[in-house]
Amino acid sequence: MVDGLRVYGRLIAAQVRSQLQYRASFALDAAGTFLISFLDFLAVLVLFHNVPRLAGWSVHEVAFLYATSSVAFALADLIVGHLESLSQRLRTGTFDILLVRPRGTLFQMIASELALRRLGRFAQGCVVFGYALTGTHIDWDVGRALMLVVMVPAGFVIFASVWVAGMCVMFWTTEGGEFTNAFTYGGQFLTQYPIDVYSAWLRRFLAYLVPMAFVSYFPALYILGKDDPLGLPRLLQFSSPLVAVAAACAAGLVWRAAVRRYRSAGG
Amino acid sequence: MIEVDGLTKEFVVREGRFRRRRRVVEAVRGISFRVERGELLGYLGPNGAGKSTTVKMLTGILVPTAGYVRVAGLEPSRQRIQLARRIGAMFGQRVQLWWDLPLVESFELLRHIYRVPADRYRASLARFREVLDLDPFLQTPVRQLSLGQRIRGELTAAMLHEPELLFLDEPTIGLDVVARQRVREFLAELNRERGVTVLLTTHDLGDIERLCSRLLVIDHGVLIWDGGLADLKARYGGERTLIVDLEEPAPPLLVEGARVERVEGPRQWLRFRGSAAELIARVAAQERLIDLQVAEPDIEEIVRRIYSSGR
Repeated sequence: MVDGLRVYGRLIAAQVRSQLQYRASFALDAAGTFLISFLDFLAVLVLFHNVPRLAGWSVHEVAFLYATSSVAFALADLIVGHLESLSQRLRTGTFDILLVRPRGTLFQMIASELALRRLGRFAQGCVVFGYALTGTHIDWDVGRALMLVVMVPAGFVIFASVWVAGMCVMFWTTEGGEFTNAFTYGGQFLTQYPIDVYSAWLRRFLAYLVPMAFVSYFPALYILGKDDPLGLPRLLQFSSPLVAVAAACAAGLVWRAAVRRYRSAGG
Repeated sequence: MIEVDGLTKEFVVREGRFRRRRRVVEAVRGISFRVERGELLGYLGPNGAGKSTTVKMLTGILVPTAGYVRVAGLEPSRQRIQLARRIGAMFGQRVQLWWDLPLVESFELLRHIYRVPADRYRASLARFREVLDLDPFLQTPVRQLSLGQRIRGELTAAMLHEPELLFLDEPTIGLDVVARQRVREFLAELNRERGVTVLLTTHDLGDIERLCSRLLVIDHGVLIWDGGLADLKARYGGERTLIVDLEEPAPPLLVEGARVERVEGPRQWLRFRGSAAELIARVAAQERLIDLQVAEPDIEEIVRRIYSSGR
């Protein structure tokens, strides 16, 4: 484990050094994602300019949801977002190289890049979080602080797992990145609003199938001290870490099954 | 070192733009062979014959459809990671070095991926630097290396962790004569002194002649030859070609023991068996020769001949 992290560090450091050979393009990318993600949050502000509350949530409370989900998503995007390049590796057969090295293939894929330009979105999440805190009243105690510390990593793991599992589709279809993006980018969009604004089937889909509701909605209910308008068991509000572990295990199993289907390419 | 019995790989191909039909292609059909520790053998066959597919099953890249495989006592697809520590692989077309980094940094990264102790790493890198003459481009980014330099880098990368078994796919393709010679000597020494088992996939008859005591030939997914090179040539190699440049264009030569296959101005191609010296003497008695060369039958041709002979 420790050795794995050390090797990850070395591989990423090497990758960052290569990226820094293209410094100007890196700076532009990072600034670009930062600005574009603000336009994204602007949509939330515009919405609240017209309605004071959304299903009983104030603008600052929604900003809290938005920010925690955004930070978790930005981390996932940063660390596993480049898995999209898997389709190219599968098409050209360069996935072979990962298979003759004595390390897990998923580990090597993840360690092949760190998309630093996506830090722009992370910064945006932090700013929105600050905004959320200025207008929400939270009774801070140990439990709530702990929840805040745990929910972001758990959300990160949930997003990353959905990403990995979705990318496995490529082992069957070679393409399919767009299909996965519907779940990751699409899912992330949905987590920015309280799930009780959605219809019942979409809610169930988010809560249980692709467990996005555990990224921000359930933990936020607890931290903000809100009653669950749906009257679901309170236990759900504390189960994000468990859901994250389960999602990671499921994603790992799907990956393993998918790699056994790998067909390589001629030559 | 390698045990293979009834190894088979099928691929499902979907064809047709609108109505997709499912067709099963057997890339490798029930091949069997054994390789002992310390052997250096050539694995050849025409393109698409199943060479790469076999090697990919031996290295754990592909999961076999059926059959038994053990490499260094391990089942490649299930014990891939353990196996990867003990084998080295170099696939000509697949770059395993880090494109934007200096060559030496790729070696450093591989050292950590393979968990090679620092002193062992230094010793083996020193050896490769000397034998493959890496020093002039060790600090050059890989994308700026010439093909020959890159191949030497790839060879080093495949062997830094001192594998017992080496899979090499076309290791000398695109190299100049000097570099090619150096790589061959290096492989021969590795095999002789360190007892490394080498499986060489190649089209280059020179590689095979200098290096391999045993040959496996595959065609259409079936193993059609397993034995020595001399036997193979005696049986199927047969004719060589003498290419002569005459002083001026002439009608096809009539020489005993040879027949003219092609004429291009003053240049003629003669197919023959047996001694080249005798034939040259006979030609020289008839015509004034400016230049000449003797061409060996290429391996593709031998393979084609084995296959058409219906073995």
